[in-house]
Amino acid sequence: MKYLPLVWATLWRRKVRTVFTLLSIVIAFLLFGMLETVDYAFSHPGNDVTGADKLITLNKYSITLSLPFADVQQVRALPGVVEVTWITWFGGYYQESKNFVFALPIDTDSYFKVHDNELLVADDAMTAFRNTRSGALVNSALMKKFGWHVGDKIPLHSAIWTQQPSGSLDWTFDIVGSYDAKDPAQAAQMASNLLFHYELFDEARSFGKGQVGWLEERISDPKRAAELSDQIDALFANSSNETKTQPAKEFTMTFLKQYGDIGFVLRAILGAVFFTLLFLTGNTMMQSVRERIPELAVLKTLGFSDLKVLFLVLGEALLLCVIAALIGLALSYGTLPIIKLGLPGVELSPWALAPGIAVAVLLAIIVGAPPALRAMRLNIVDALADQR
Amino acid sequence: MIKQFAAITWMNLQSLSQRLGAASVIVVGIAGVVAVMVSLLAMSAGFKHTLADAGRADRAIILRGGSDAELNSNLTRNDLATISNAPGIAKNADGQALLSSELVTVVNVPKIDTGTEANVTLRGVGLTLGGVRPELTMIDGRMFRPAVRELIAGAGAVKQFRGLSTGSVLHLRNADWVVTGVFTSNGDVHESELLADVDTVSSAVERTGYSSAVALLTSPAEFPAFKDALTTDPQLKVDVQREPDYYAAQSQQVTKTINIVGTTVAIIMAIGAMFGALNSMYSAVATRTQEIATLRAIGFGAVPVLLSVMVEALLLSLLGGMLGAGLAWLFFNGHTVSTLGGAFAQVVFKLTVTQTLIVTGITWACVIGLLGGFFPALQAARLPVAEALRAG
Repeated sequence: MKYLPLVWATLWRRKVRTVFTLLSIVIAFLLFGMLETVDYAFSHPGNDVTGADKLITLNKYSITLSLPFADVQQVRALPGVVEVTWITWFGGYYQESKNFVFALPIDTDSYFKVHDNELLVADDAMTAFRNTRSGALVNSALMKKFGWHVGDKIPLHSAIWTQQPSGSLDWTFDIVGSYDAKDPAQAAQMASNLLFHYELFDEARSFGKGQVGWLEERISDPKRAAELSDQIDALFANSSNETKTQPAKEFTMTFLKQYGDIGFVLRAILGAVFFTLLFLTGNTMMQSVRERIPELAVLKTLGFSDLKVLFLVLGEALLLCVIAALIGLALSYGTLPIIKLGLPGVELSPWALAPGIAVAVLLAIIVGAPPALRAMRLNIVDALADQR
Repeated sequence: MIKQFAAITWMNLQSLSQRLGAASVIVVGIAGVVAVMVSLLAMSAGFKHTLADAGRADRAIILRGGSDAELNSNLTRNDLATISNAPGIAKNADGQALLSSELVTVVNVPKIDTGTEANVTLRGVGLTLGGVRPELTMIDGRMFRPAVRELIAGAGAVKQFRGLSTGSVLHLRNADWVVTGVFTSNGDVHESELLADVDTVSSAVERTGYSSAVALLTSPAEFPAFKDALTTDPQLKVDVQREPDYYAAQSQQVTKTINIVGTTVAIIMAIGAMFGALNSMYSAVATRTQEIATLRAIGFGAVPVLLSVMVEALLLSLLGGMLGAGLAWLFFNGHTVSTLGGAFAQVVFKLTVTQTLIVTGITWACVIGLLGGFFPALQAARLPVAEALRAG
C-alpha cells in the first residue's frame, strides 16, 4: 500500500496517453456492462420474487391454437392452485398499427385474484370498472402516451376479432380508470396494457366463442411450480388440446429466446471488444515500460528487489484497469433504464456487473505481465547504459 | 508543397516498420469495430433480403381488411370463390385460376442450437401451389399428398429446427404428420416454413376458412385492375397488396431493431478505437519529434507535415477497415440463423455481407482514422522547431 503514491505517479507520467488508454478501457467496460446485464437476464430467468407464484398454460402445439373454456374448472380444482384466470390475444392497436396496445380481455374476479400482488388499482376505479360493461382499465403509462383521460371513449382496432353482426374490427371502450404496477421493475412490462371485460369480448366476437387463448394460474407455493405444471398438463394429456404449462417468467424468457441465440451474439461482440482492448492496452503498457527503463534501473539501484519492481508495474496495470472498469460499469449502470425500454419484460439485475471487476483484474494481469516481467529481468548496468 | 508532402509521407511510411506495435494498435482496433459492425448489419441485410425475395411483382396477397398479417387474417370459402373470379388472375392449362387459398398457423418445434421451442409457420396451401409459386423446388423426397397428414419442410427450417428431415414424424394435436420432402424457393421466407395441404391443416386445427389467398396475375400491370375489382366488391372486405410490399412491411420492425443495436454498439466501439488511434498517432509523432523538427528547420512547411501524419493514420485505418470487413465476410457471410419475424413466426435467414456494408465499414474506418490522426497531426505541425531540436 505504501507504494501506491509511487504507482500513481508513474501512471500519470504521460497524462495524455494514460487518459486515452483509460478512456478506451472505460468504453470497453461500458459495453461489457450493457451486454452482460442483458446476457445475465436471459440466462437467469425468474430470480425475483414477484411473479414466482405464477404459471401460464398454453396450447402445447401452437400459440395460435386456443383452449376450451372448460379447462378452467379442471385446473381450478387442483390442490395448490389458488386461482386461475383466462385471457385471449386481442391484437389491438390505436389508430395506426404502430400504436400497439396490449389489450387483454379479462375475467375481473379471477384476474385480480391472480395478479393482485402486482397491480395497484384505486378502489373507485375498480368499482367503476365492475359497473361498466364497456369499461376499460388502462395502464397509466399508456394513458399518458396517447393523452387519454378517464371518461374518454376510445376506439381500438383488433387485427383479429370481428364483432357480430357488423363484422367490424373496431371496438369501443370507455376508460373508467387507470392502474400501475406495484413493483416499479415491472412497470415497463405492463406499459402498454389495457384491461377490459372478457364477458363483453366473448359475447361480441363473431367466432371463437367459448375458447380461451391461455390460462394464468397463481399457486400457493412457488417451490411446487414444476410439479403443478406437470399436474396441469397431465389433466389434458391425450385430449385434442394438450397443454404446456410453465412458470410465467420462463415463458417470457423462452419467447425472447426465439429472437435468436442472443447470448452467443453478445459474447461474440464482447470477445471482439476485449481482444481489441487487450492489444491496445498491452501495447501502451509495453511502451510505457520501455520509456522508463532507466528509471526502473534507478529503482533497482536504490535497492528495490526484482519482485518488487514486477509488482510495481503490475500494480500500475491493475490500477489503470480497475479504475477504468469502475467508471465504465458505473456508466453502463446509468444506461440500464434505456435498455429496459427496449426489452419490456426483462428484469435487469445490477449484480450482473459484478464479474466486470474480475474481468478487469484478469485484463490487468494479461496486459501487465509481459512488461512487468521485462522490468523484473532488467540488468541494472545494461539498463542504466541504455540511452533511451 | 506536394513534393514536400510526398517526401515526408514516404519517409513516415518507411519508418513504420520500426513502429509496428503502435501502428498495429490502429489496424487491430479499427478492424475490431468494423468486423463487429459489418457482422451485425449483415444480419439485418440478410433478413431484409430473405423477406424481399419472397415477393414477385405479379403476385398479389389478399387478406381480410384491417388484418395486417396473415396470422390475424380470416377469409371465408365464399370470399375465396369471389376472389377467384377477379380479372387478371393467370390460369393453368386446365383453365384453373392460379390462386392458392392458404391457412397460416404456427407450431412449436425446438431449435437445434438452443433446444428451446420456437414458432415455426405451418402453411396450408392450395392444390394450385406449383402454378402460383413456380420457384418452389423439391430437393429431397417428394411433394405432400392432399387429404393425408403429410408435409414438406423448407430447406432453411430443416437446418434450424429439430426433426424436420425427410421421413421424420411431427406430432401435432394428437396426430402424426410425416415429412415427405424438403424444398427450396429461391432462399425466400417460405424456406423457413412447413407446407401442407390446406384442407388437411384446417381440419387439424379445427378452423373453417382461410388466412389469405395468393394469386399469380397474368402480368404485374394487371395489379391495379385486380385490386380495384376486389376492393370495390361490396361482398368483400379485403386488403390487396403486391407480395413485395407485404413482405417489405413485415421485415421493417426487425431490420430496424437490428440496425439500432448494431449501430449503437459500433458507435461505442468506434469511440474506444478512436482513443486507441489517438494514442498511437501521438506516440508516432513523439518518437519522430526530432525528425519533424529537422525537416521544419530545413524549410519544410507545416501543412505537409500535418497532412503526412493524417495520411499515415488514414492508411492504417483503411487497412484496419479492410481487415475487419474481410473477417466479417470470411466468418459470417452465408451463416444461417433464425429469429422471430414480424408475425410471431420464425424466419430463417443467412447473414449477408453486402458490398454496401463493406463500403460503409471502410468509410467508418477512415472517419475514425482521420479523427484519431487529426490532433496528433496538428501537434506535429505546431512543433516549436528550436525546442524540439534541443529536446534530443
